[in-house]
Formats: sequence, structure tokens, C-alpha cells
Amino acid sequence: MATPVKVYGPPMSTAVSRVLACLLEKDVNFQLIPVDMSKGEHKKPDYLKIQPFGQVPSFQDESISLFESRAICRYVSEKYANQGNKRLYGTNPLEKASIEQWLEAEGQSFNPPSSALVFQLAFAPRMKLKQDLGVIKQSEEKLAKVLDVYEQRLGESRFLAGDEFTLADLSHLPNTQYLVSVTEKGEMFTKRKNVGRWWSEISGRDSWKKVVALQKAPPPKSA
Amino acid sequence: MAVRKLYGALDCPSTIRALASLLEHDVEFELIPVDLQAGELKKMSSLSPFGELPVFQEGDLTIFESRTIMRYISHEYGKRGEEQVYEIPKLQGIAAAWIDVEDHQFDPPASKLIWELVFKPQKGLPTDEGVVEEEEAKLVKVLDVYEERLSNSVFLGGDKFTSADLTHIPSLYLLMKTPVKRLFEERPRVRAWYRSVTSRPGWEKMVEMVEKVRA
Repeated sequence: MATPVKVYGPPMSTAVSRVLACLLEKDVNFQLIPVDMSKGEHKKPDYLKIQPFGQVPSFQDESISLFESRAICRYVSEKYANQGNKRLYGTNPLEKASIEQWLEAEGQSFNPPSSALVFQLAFAPRMKLKQDLGVIKQSEEKLAKVLDVYEQRLGESRFLAGDEFTLADLSHLPNTQYLVSVTEKGEMFTKRKNVGRWWSEISGRDSWKKVVALQKAPPPKSA
Repeated sequence: MAVRKLYGALDCPSTIRALASLLEHDVEFELIPVDLQAGELKKMSSLSPFGELPVFQEGDLTIFESRTIMRYISHEYGKRGEEQVYEIPKLQGIAAAWIDVEDHQFDPPASKLIWELVFKPQKGLPTDEGVVEEEEAKLVKVLDVYEERLSNSVFLGGDKFTSADLTHIPSLYLLMKTPVKRLFEERPRVRAWYRSVTSRPGWEKMVEMVEKVRA
């Protein structure tokens, strides 16, 4: 059996959970290595060697060290193309182009407002930081426009890139999970018929349920 | 052969990215200018669900998002011996990570500086020097990481020019006309890198197309 790959970072991080979802979809064994961000571990020289911007996640297998969650997902999907979910990253150039397009849409259009809302509504209270109502309002308006586009798209297509669940859908799981389960903005998804149906399908996948369980597990005790 | 079209606006950084990729790969295409001011984009909503440019069409394929177009072109139209991608997953993994570094680390301060120093003056709006100072400080941190990276790697993505370098072209084109240029000049490896990128034939063709429209 292959040596497990290593993922560095806490599973509650949206970007870390994106990578975990991909590894689970591809049946790739992994070891999750804690990074105590409250103690600044991610800014220490040893960590900066693998992730020079001091962020999570970072990733190592026997070949490489890598960072940027979507790049890690692309790499894992290519390297392990023949195992697990083989349609995750498309099987021909046209499928791949469509997946890439909606993966970029996630990164460029969906992520900025949704991650701002996740921070303001899910993390800021836990960190005892003051919420910025202006940011919340603006982000909600932007996200609503994006979800209107998704509502249209998902009326024409079962999943974002086509008829199959792909990386494009997977990439949306982390932020949406927080918004739906921990904030009152979940309605933005559940009240839109097609988006609601899509969210139900993608979040019901075994791989995502396992990630959510990892997020809920108690953090490892620090050494 | 399928007809290829690029719908875009030549003063728009994301159009420049797609354009650069097409030109670098010697791909034949028709450029269809879309006048954002005249509200022409609304007619394109079936092609561009988010109402953004550029959009690329090739036969039945329509794709939006400049980085998607760039990735598609680089994988489909590699010039033999000069491919801007790697076949080996390990090497392509690294190159693809640096495409995202441009997106998430470099672009945020770079695009704010472009707004303050290039677009606002064009629109007759005053530059906010406080923002310029803040964003330059952020860009400096990124360029310091680039300087370190380029001590281990000939180009950002690996030992050859790839999309990881090309994706910076719009910002390089716009920032090099501003005082921000000095931040690139001050770092020897970053300087050598950007000079290499900006002396490629693809760069020359891109500049010619963009500036012909302005003339």
C-alpha cells in the first residue's frame, strides 16, 4: 500500500477541507498533520519552507511539496486519475474545460463573498472579533447575484460542469457547509430550488460526510 | 477546422491574459471587441453568465474566465518543444500551484495598484497615495517570495516558461508603466524574470495588438 500523503492544517479550515474532500473522492490515503495556527506554527521557518506564504493547507507526497488547495486538488486528480472517482476531473478536453471554467468561477466569483461571510459570521464570533456589518451586507448582495447565475445553470445541468459531480462542485463544499450549518445565510442556498437540490446532492456524498466528521472531531492535544 | 473567437476588451487585464496565451501558442483566432461602455456585454449573457469578459469560443466549446482559457490553450495547443505545461504530474502540480499564487497572492495588491495608478488617472479620478503605499507593502512581500523562489527555479513554475509566468502578463504590462516598476527592478532575480517574460515574441505581439487599438 502506498505511503499516505500528508496534508498540513486544521480540518476546520475551508481550504484544508477542500483538499480532504478531493483525497477522499480519489480513495487516496492521507495523514492529517495538525498546524497550530493559534500558536503561529504556520509562520515559523520550518513551515514556510513548504508554504512560503504561511498559509494552510500544504501537501506532501513522495514526489512533491505543494500548496494552494485547488492546485493540490488538480494534482491529486491527475496523479490518481485511475482510482476512486474517475470522473472528478473529466475524461476528455471538453469535459475538463467545463470543469476548469466552473472551478475558476468558484475561485473568482463565489469564493470572495462566501468566504467573507464565513469569516464574519462563523469565525469572527469564535475569535471574539467585531463583525463588520457593511462587509456582511455587501458580501450577501454579491453572493446572491452569483447564486442567481448558479440557479440558472443548475436548471440546465445537474452539476455545474455537466451531468457528473466534479472538482467544480467539490470546490464549493467548504464555504457552503459553514454558511448552511452555522449561519442564518443557509437560506440563500436552500430557498433557490436548483441550488438547494444541488447542495443536497453534493453535501450528501460519503466523502463530504467524512470531512464534516473530521471537522467535528476534537482537535489533537498539542505536544 | 473550428473557428476560434475571443470576445474581449483590450484595456481589460483579463482579456490581455487570454490574448497573451493565444498569441504565445500561435493559435489563429478572431478578436471580437466588446464595448463595455456601450453595454454590449448584455447581449452576450448567454455566453457569459457572470457578465464578464473574456469569452472564448471554438466550435461548440464556449468558455469564460481568462485563467480557464489560458489553461485550455496551454494544454491543447502546446508548441512542440515549447509546451507551457508539463506532462509529468509532479512538475505540472508545481506549475499549477504558481498559477494560483498569482491569483491569490500577487493579483490582489497588483490589481489595486493598477486601479490607483493606471485606471483612476485615465478616468480623471485622484490616486489615493495611502492605498498605493499599503498595497506596495503587500506586493513587496510577494516579490520577496518570488525572489527566493527564482533562486531555486529558472521560472516561477519550473525550469521553463509556463502559464505560471504568462498569467502575470496583464499586470506586468500595466504596472511597468508606473513607479511600481522599481519594486521589480530592485530584486535581481525578479528583474531578470520579468525582463525575460517581456522580451518574448508573444509579448511583443500582445503589446502591438493592445496599443494599436489605443492609437
